[in-house]
Amino acid sequence: MVATGKQNLQLDWGTIALYGTLVLFGWMTIYSAAYNPLLPSPFAFSEEYGKQLVWIGACIFLIVVILYLDAEVFNKLAVYIYLFFVLLLMLVLVIGKEVNGAKAWFGIGDFGIQPSEFSKIGVGLFLSKFISSSGLQLKNLRMRIQAFAIIGLPAFLILLQPDVGSLLTFLAFILVMYREGMSGNVLIAGFASVVIGTLSIVIGAGRTTYPYFGEMSSIWTFIISLFGLAILALIFVRNFVVPRSRRMLYSVTVISLILASTLAFSINYIVDNVLEKHHKERIYVMLSLPVEREDATYNSEMAKITVGSGGFFGRGFHQGPMTQNNYVPEQWTDFIFSAVAEEWGFVGSVAVILLFFALIYRLVALAERQRSQFSRVYGYCVAAILFMHLLINIGMVLGLAPIIGIPLPFFSYGGSSLMAFTILLFIMIRLDAERLSIFR
Amino acid sequence: MNNDNRRYTFLFIVGTICVIYIVRLFALQVATSEWKNRGSRLTEREVIVYPSRGNIFDRNGKVLVTNQTVYDLMVLPKEVVAFDTLEFCKLVNLPYDELKEILKKSVTYPNVKYKPSPVIKQMLPEEYALFAERLYKFPGFFVQARTLRTYPENLGSLVLGDVGEVNKDILEKHPDYRKGDYIGLNGIEKSYEKELRGKRGIKYVYRDNLGVEHSVENGQLDSAAQEGVDLYSTLDAELQKYGEKLMQNKRGCIVAIEPSTGEILALVSAPTFDPNLLVGRARGQNFAALAKDPLKPLFNRATQAQYRPGSIFKLAQSLTALQLGAITKETRIACNRSIIGCHGPHSMDDLEMAIVHSCNPYFRGVLQRVVEANRDPNNRANDAAMGLAIWNEQIRKLGFGSNLGSDLPGMKKGNVPSPEYYNKKYGVGGWNFSTIYSIAIGEGELLINPVQMCNLACIIANRGFYVPPHTVRQIGRGGSARTEYVTRIDVGVKPDYFETVVNAMEKVVGPGGTANSIKLSDIVICGKTGTVQNEPREDHSVFVCFAPKENPKIALAVYVEYAGFGGTWAAPISSLMIEKFLKGGTTNTAREEQMMNAKILN
Repeated sequence: MVATGKQNLQLDWGTIALYGTLVLFGWMTIYSAAYNPLLPSPFAFSEEYGKQLVWIGACIFLIVVILYLDAEVFNKLAVYIYLFFVLLLMLVLVIGKEVNGAKAWFGIGDFGIQPSEFSKIGVGLFLSKFISSSGLQLKNLRMRIQAFAIIGLPAFLILLQPDVGSLLTFLAFILVMYREGMSGNVLIAGFASVVIGTLSIVIGAGRTTYPYFGEMSSIWTFIISLFGLAILALIFVRNFVVPRSRRMLYSVTVISLILASTLAFSINYIVDNVLEKHHKERIYVMLSLPVEREDATYNSEMAKITVGSGGFFGRGFHQGPMTQNNYVPEQWTDFIFSAVAEEWGFVGSVAVILLFFALIYRLVALAERQRSQFSRVYGYCVAAILFMHLLINIGMVLGLAPIIGIPLPFFSYGGSSLMAFTILLFIMIRLDAERLSIFR
Repeated sequence: MNNDNRRYTFLFIVGTICVIYIVRLFALQVATSEWKNRGSRLTEREVIVYPSRGNIFDRNGKVLVTNQTVYDLMVLPKEVVAFDTLEFCKLVNLPYDELKEILKKSVTYPNVKYKPSPVIKQMLPEEYALFAERLYKFPGFFVQARTLRTYPENLGSLVLGDVGEVNKDILEKHPDYRKGDYIGLNGIEKSYEKELRGKRGIKYVYRDNLGVEHSVENGQLDSAAQEGVDLYSTLDAELQKYGEKLMQNKRGCIVAIEPSTGEILALVSAPTFDPNLLVGRARGQNFAALAKDPLKPLFNRATQAQYRPGSIFKLAQSLTALQLGAITKETRIACNRSIIGCHGPHSMDDLEMAIVHSCNPYFRGVLQRVVEANRDPNNRANDAAMGLAIWNEQIRKLGFGSNLGSDLPGMKKGNVPSPEYYNKKYGVGGWNFSTIYSIAIGEGELLINPVQMCNLACIIANRGFYVPPHTVRQIGRGGSARTEYVTRIDVGVKPDYFETVVNAMEKVVGPGGTANSIKLSDIVICGKTGTVQNEPREDHSVFVCFAPKENPKIALAVYVEYAGFGGTWAAPISSLMIEKFLKGGTTNTAREEQMMNAKILN
């Protein structure tokens, strides 16, 4: 279907207002955190706040372009957009610039472009197209595998960079697939994995002396406990469950036990032998386990101190002693939330979290009111990606997640992230604006 | 199949996470001020104002130890911007590679970008002057003034002591010290650390967002630095320097004390070294070199050495035996050389002449009378044990076996054998007088420290008391010594008994005496030589003395290792010291030259 004309666009001004508020708040925070007293002008283009203004300008341009485009374009070109970004992800592995050990950037003069940020747009569009065009729901195994392949290809390329943070945000698409009919067991399994994984690392870091075996990692205690739980479950099933369900529950118990033990064992192996040392340290720091190098805790400690320094009402704009003295390294990028927390306090931090919640809530509402499945799935993609960033980034600042370098949407300094999120969001706004004229 | 309800699951997950984060924020920001306080501790910087350490003067007001200002060039990495490294390296005279290394180190653990690290420690004022006016060109670099010790007289390195940065052990034991603080490690610097140190001042500042430092709460929390207290030591710089010269190229020590006050006039440990070596940047390197020197210049022979005293101990034996009533001054004992060797023609001396002749059989007999007094007629071993216990108690009153309550750090106590000591060595009942008699003549298991030897001379000079030897006579200008150094300690020997000993010592430095050669026409020296056997090596040459005989002004103990007979080396050195102190110098330049030029380091 073709758009009915620009005059009839029904833009969702609420979402746009939320976007504007977040971007403005974000820029102010960058201005405060990256402030250079020698160049106080917001238009100091050599400084982060000046550059970010340029990116905001670029975003306004992008918004206008998106709104002028025909909504049908996104549906039709979804595959090509996806392939284009996959190509970029391959290219960056070859000619990319290495920053902090990851080949994730195209360097253009002073500016860098991070294709992994943009690739989420491609995945979101293609996944929406795939799910909507199949006409089926995601109960079919073959379809699920295909959907995972769509997500997996760019994810794999990002892993090669390697950029674990960006990779994790791809988990957002699992939430989308859940909404579109994939079994809810995946969420339960995911939650259980996080719990078992965390417990395994915490318990596995200690050492226990076992009779006959001597001193070994305490992980065996945990695995033995899992076996004990499984036996209890089997006894329970045998005695309290009606016979026809028993068989299924027996196998569920045994399979869960095998999976859980494998996870418990392998995650420790991975943490000890596969992950790089600083990754292991970050996980240990988050879990308050002892680390060898004291400075491994530095970023996490400083972030928490900076957040705590804010108190209830905050120190005021430009007044945060931790922020103004740059105690948190590169605070204007991944740790920007700590600057919000210090200068605007509990009140401001909660406001930011509520703004994000409102935006996600609004996006879910937008998605649900779409007539086209394509638009709906895409809406959920945007909401879920925002949520994953929020979850990991703020969790990291608050010491609840390991230190994973991903940006806080609209806040963190950086053109790639800001433009990618703007495009992601405004495609949805554009799709929504024509919801009444699309009937698929 | 309708999954529409799953929107609520989705929103529920998002909402739950938001609630968890809000609760966490509340915990960090509102519920506790722990994190906030830790932030204050970081941003409100304590600037430590270092007090300058007290000066040390000699007894005549000459400066022995004072301070010089040096500058630590520091870097705060986060404020460094690109700078002209070539000019910088040239100004501070640092190779580029080293600078690179230092800057790299300043941002690697345990240093962090946000804390200053030293670039060049202890620049001298003239080095800093070159750099000072260009400092503004190098943001992130700044200097911190510190003071260092300096020794204008270049003497007394071990008695004055040295200072160094506190190490981990000290930091653990003394929480009021901080990393980078200096502490006295030795000598007067150590024993008077509390007075010399002064009090560190603290200024609290915080930096605003323009990087300007402000004082916190108008400086009400600040405390001013208190300068260290000056000390007026008992040392006589001239005498100390002279002693060091006499002892050059020899191993040994000189202890000189003013008997009436216990004030240490000179404390020479040879070989010595320039105290300025242990200051500043070269300290570590020099210290290592000195520590490796086989002649052990860092070992304070005057306080830490424990020697067998040899014949000089006969003075102590005499006083003890007289006081215990085992002998009188008329007691004669045959010089029976079948048990123990002797020298010189004499056969049946009384006490005075036995001291002059240093008759070994005589003093064996004296000790026998003290120890084997038939207190247990049935058991010779037990008899000796009972006797030795009585002897031990009396001899200890003369200051042996203790550190004398001196302010010299690390004073060794020596060893005065007790019955318990021999029981341990030979078993209970496994020894008797014939096992132990060599202590009668200052040999055997007896160990005495040179300060104790000199203190014995003081006791005799004072006819019955001593004041604990000490190195500081005034704490602060016009102050007094520590209270324990103004009280006399009585040794419990009747004054009469000293006359015999003093007269004998006078005769030692006279015709027929073992130190006849040092007799002076105008000053009566009372002394006793000692020759401590060291088979197969050369004997140690020992001499203790005081002068003048009446109203003594100086007591000395001189110990020259592996030099030979006591009268040949230790006695002449003593007499030269006496002349220096009492008359300002000697006219016997031949002897002076002979002593100074002798090299006894074989």
